Amino acid sequence: MTKEEALYEFLIRLGDNALILGQRLGEWCGKAHQLESDIALTNVALDQIGQARLLLTEAGRIEGKGRTEDDLAYMRGEMDFRNNLLVEQDNGDFAHTIVRQYIFDVFQYHLLKGLQKSSNDFLKAYADKSIKEVTYHRSLSHDWMLRLGDGTELSHQKMQDALDDLWEYTGELFEMTEADDVLIAEGMIPKLSDIKKIWEEEVEATIQEATLKVPDTLGFMAYGSRKGIHSEYLGYILAEMQVLPRSMPDAKW
Amino acid sequence: MDIAEKEKQFQDKIDSGQKIEAKEWVPENYRKQLIRMISQHAHSEIVGMLPEGNWITRAPSLRRKAVLLAKIQDEAGHGLYLYSAAETLGVERGELIDQLITGKAKYSSIFNYPTLTWADIGAIGWLVDGAAIVNQTMLARGSYGPYSRAMVRICKEESFHNRQGYELLYDLAQGTPEQKAMAQDALNRWWWPSIQMLGPSDADSKNSGETMRWRIKVESNDTVRQRFIDRTVPQAEAAGLTIPDPDLKFNEETGHWEIGEIDWTEFYQVIKGYGPCNKKRLRARQEAEHEGEWVREAAKVYAEKQAAKKTKAA
Ligand SMILES: [Fe+2]
Ligand SMILES: [Fe+2]
Repeated sequence: MTKEEALYEFLIRLGDNALILGQRLGEWCGKAHQLESDIALTNVALDQIGQARLLLTEAGRIEGKGRTEDDLAYMRGEMDFRNNLLVEQDNGDFAHTIVRQYIFDVFQYHLLKGLQKSSNDFLKAYADKSIKEVTYHRSLSHDWMLRLGDGTELSHQKMQDALDDLWEYTGELFEMTEADDVLIAEGMIPKLSDIKKIWEEEVEATIQEATLKVPDTLGFMAYGSRKGIHSEYLGYILAEMQVLPRSMPDAKW
Repeated sequence: MDIAEKEKQFQDKIDSGQKIEAKEWVPENYRKQLIRMISQHAHSEIVGMLPEGNWITRAPSLRRKAVLLAKIQDEAGHGLYLYSAAETLGVERGELIDQLITGKAKYSSIFNYPTLTWADIGAIGWLVDGAAIVNQTMLARGSYGPYSRAMVRICKEESFHNRQGYELLYDLAQGTPEQKAMAQDALNRWWWPSIQMLGPSDADSKNSGETMRWRIKVESNDTVRQRFIDRTVPQAEAAGLTIPDPDLKFNEETGHWEIGEIDWTEFYQVIKGYGPCNKKRLRARQEAEHEGEWVREAAKVYAEKQAAKKTKAA
């Protein structure tokens, strides 16, 4: 695997995570429990879509086949997407959305921290720019973890259910492939195994503070996205997202 | 001072062009009229998020998706800002939202129309935000300070929405034949509702007398409507689109565009609840409120727990 191939894979992994999570959050629009939260969720969605645009544009440039951010977002099939299974899971209730978000925010935050030391100019600049956004996302979802975990009996139960539903998608966030090895050797990216330790510490502390329990999945974790094997959700997400450019391939928008 | 004297002073202040500020004495009907207008306006911002939100997941480019998300977020901000303006008149946001979801309060009936194609997103920005701008620029000159200042701030953002919507539709109109047809169809469906959005014609307008005297409104519906028509017709021509009105003509003498007769039957039908999406919009707002109840309750209980902890510690 060449350095370029590895970098392309890494960039679409990050870009697809941002895109699919942004897409999911966009579904919340007009549906939140109060205006302030509607605005906050849209904010996070906007940041993620903005990050996806940067990352996919750079991925297209590294690939060198002339593909734009939109070619990559709208004209790739499901098996070419490399986003984690976590971000494509459905919104569910607000508890599910918050748990999914918090798990991802802490992961993204520490990944960006690592990328700020990247030897690659783009990754470093991307991380420097995005860390501010993600710092805010993380504090937003962290606060909701506490509020809902330690709120009413009902909210506590809903949060525990959400954690139990989503926990099996956390392992895959840290799965490393040949691309990681190539880029780590170049000093371009941090080791996901290192991030995993920090992530676990932080997330488990919050779960405890929120009076919730870390789920026991009997060691089971879901895998697949690194090879393009997704959950049933992604096909529908793409069908909806890609419908216009796919149905009118000659059109510009 | 008796009421008559107070009312005279109030009217004098308005006539001299001064703004009325929060907590000042105002006639009860002034307060009522303003709450009605501001809350209807706030509800319109919130309900207006729904037809546009309908296309977020299907926006055909990432740039357009980001623009649309940002626009809808602005509208939510307008709603928030307007509910605060209403609160300066002594009514709580919760009460107003209650009126909305129980169907007691009105919102702009244009949001009861569906967004069927992507071009509708352009049409809304161009026509609906465009009509909103001319109306709100007028309202910005109104007598109630908090509302008038809200209008100034909101209008700046509506201008962005208006330009972005027009650009979207303009680009479609220069695109493939299929895209051009989509743009024309959107104009066909949104033109008349946008014209009607500016309210009943002056002859039929119930609320006009008092609201004009108190400078809640400073111009009539028909005047504002004419301004909207004059600025919009040339924009349609520039994009190569046709306004769906065979009687539309330019009057050389007055310098105004004259439109054909407005079909008010449809307008009143939609207002009475029989538009294409009235039930859907209301249900969406109701669901958001009901499904969010446990979240609001949890946030409240958590805040109480935290406050109790603090008092204990102190
Ligand atoms: Fe607005
Ligand atoms: Fe707007």
